[in-house]
Amino acid sequence: MFKDLFYILVFPGFAFLSLFALAAEFYDRKLYARLQNRVGPPWFQPLADFIKLCAKEDVIPEAANQNIFKVMPVFVLASVVTASFYIPLWNNTALLSFNGDVIVVLYLLTIPTLGFFVGGWYSSSLFARLGSVRTITQLFTYEVPLFMGILASALLADTWSLSELVSFYSQHGWLWLCNFVGFAVCLLALLGKLEKTPFDIPEAETEIVAGSFTEYSGRLLAFLRLSTDIEMIVGSALLAAVFLPFSFNLGPGLGFILFISKVMFIVSLLSLARTVAARLRLDQMITFCWKILTPLALLQVFINLILKAKLIR
Amino acid sequence: MHDSHKFKIPIGPQHPALKEPESFSVALKGEKILGVDIRLGYNHRGIEKACEERTFLQDVYLVERVCGICSHSHSTCFVQAVEEIAGLEIPSRAKYLRTLIAELERVHSHLLWLGVAGHEIGFDTLLMYTWRDREIVMDILAQFTGNRVNYGMNTIGGVRRDIDVSQVKDALKAVDTLQERTKYYIEIATSEVTIIKRLSGVGVLSYEDALRLDAVGPTARASGVKRDVRKDDPYAAYADVSFDVITDNHSDVYGRTVVRLKELLESFKIIRQVLENLPAGPIAIKAPRKIPAGEAISRYEAPRGEDVHFVKSNGGEKPERVKIRAPTLANVQAVKHMLKDRFLADMPIVIAAIDPCFSCTDRSIEISYLDDARKKEVLTWPELHAYSIDWHRKRGIDFSSLNKKLKEGFKTS
Repeated sequence: MFKDLFYILVFPGFAFLSLFALAAEFYDRKLYARLQNRVGPPWFQPLADFIKLCAKEDVIPEAANQNIFKVMPVFVLASVVTASFYIPLWNNTALLSFNGDVIVVLYLLTIPTLGFFVGGWYSSSLFARLGSVRTITQLFTYEVPLFMGILASALLADTWSLSELVSFYSQHGWLWLCNFVGFAVCLLALLGKLEKTPFDIPEAETEIVAGSFTEYSGRLLAFLRLSTDIEMIVGSALLAAVFLPFSFNLGPGLGFILFISKVMFIVSLLSLARTVAARLRLDQMITFCWKILTPLALLQVFINLILKAKLIR
Repeated sequence: MHDSHKFKIPIGPQHPALKEPESFSVALKGEKILGVDIRLGYNHRGIEKACEERTFLQDVYLVERVCGICSHSHSTCFVQAVEEIAGLEIPSRAKYLRTLIAELERVHSHLLWLGVAGHEIGFDTLLMYTWRDREIVMDILAQFTGNRVNYGMNTIGGVRRDIDVSQVKDALKAVDTLQERTKYYIEIATSEVTIIKRLSGVGVLSYEDALRLDAVGPTARASGVKRDVRKDDPYAAYADVSFDVITDNHSDVYGRTVVRLKELLESFKIIRQVLENLPAGPIAIKAPRKIPAGEAISRYEAPRGEDVHFVKSNGGEKPERVKIRAPTLANVQAVKHMLKDRFLADMPIVIAAIDPCFSCTDRSIEISYLDDARKKEVLTWPELHAYSIDWHRKRGIDFSSLNKKLKEGFKTS
């Protein structure tokens, strides 16, 4: 009982994830700033932002649906933290694992997007509603390539469990390199999921202010922002587990450092992508995702089917 | 979305995309723009009227504050009109110095624009880079004039500050750096896929429409209209320097970007020629305090397009009428046309592409009632005066008794 509580609240649950998420946000912002030739924020800036927002007044629009408006941030936070329990960190067994947990993780990572949609829609502001509609439209474009990219990797490992997937690739040397196309596809799809440039269409500030978040303030906004940060590292950790599944036998100390560096590597790639690109338009993103990303993900599935046929023989 | 599902969203008066208060009421159907209502006037400061209350020399500094970015444009344009009425022929060194500051101002304005355009399409890296490089030209301007903006360089009859050899050397070095950086930006803007995707085909203004809607400056030149006051009606030292008028046939936001970037290279050319051929001599001649009766129109190619000033003197110390037509007023009509049937996402960049400067544009208020489009109200000066007295009286402030007391006081003394 106490052990479970420790897992949920401290490690690898809420406390660890929050701290790691804030650190990752700092790293992302600092790297983004340095790439843009700026100084960037000090290391405690994300934490200071969080505390400042928590100290501020929560303003809830009168026309908004009070309950849904208040519950959404908690709902989103809970789902991303839950998703992290199924992802192997430094050894090849995650905290919780069963055959089919790949699907559950992907499903849990979809909930934040739906949460942003519902929260934005019920805040009854024009900008928030436009943002919600964009969020949900975007969901239909990146979700398919993301699922196919990750499932292609699972297909080769012949398992629907993340822990087993990791053990499979650990035993098969350099086989994970074959998933390179899938990795690229999922990285771009993750950019869409995290609503980062070039896919930050739902919160394009020069068009619709802050999208779904427009009406959120105070503690609610603080937790929404924390959830997006946690979503970033959980998404990155998922990609790290699926596409960089090497050296999972180093033990807690070294293994932990390796896990952190893998996640940070993926976060760096995300920052790099948002440094070098302009925001696409929604119609351009739909075209890009369906005409380029999805066929590429299909190609990965095809490659893995052939590989599997050869391996079995 | 369902056909009846049309709605209006307010872009402005306060909105992150706009740097100044301006209202664009956008009718949307999904993401598609059905129509735009533009409303100006949130920044009206009464500068033209204030000019009539001040002397010609004071007005030079007042019109300089019409715009924060093209301050030299407005003061030069005004001073040229006054000099024409007074029949003053200014020394050629003053003409060259005016040209120098004008071109440096164009460089800083165009670099600023490029950064803003980058921000509007979500490309913040471009914003950070261009604004970093813009500091170089700002430093040179500060070295020449003492100020980063509102240079205070012009006076009636010439300029107020001279420059020396060491400053010329610094400026030439800075221009070399800037030219190198500009070439890099041209390369980025013409090769980066996401930029091209967001810019080309957006906000199209055909050659005919540009002429019909009276577009000016880079907006018109990007539609192939070869129109530049510096070439068509040379003022200051523009007749002595060689440069090309840049035009482009893309007619869209991409074309406007290319035109501005290439104009930067032309500006560097002009700055080099001016610095190398700076004639010796005085920088100003003495101007009379009272300007003889007469009127003049002065044209000037500001970074945003043609700026027009009309000045009328009745022979006194103060002008009888000053009229300013800032370039944005000429271009803002075209925005409505450019936005038709575009996406909401294109709106910020299309507005930004004319490089709008709204506080320069705001001149008077026409009240139109949203519920009844035909009913309009324009207040004349006496009506506005009466409205103000009434407004204060309703709030318990009444000056009429005070006025009476003052008058009686004058009689008894």
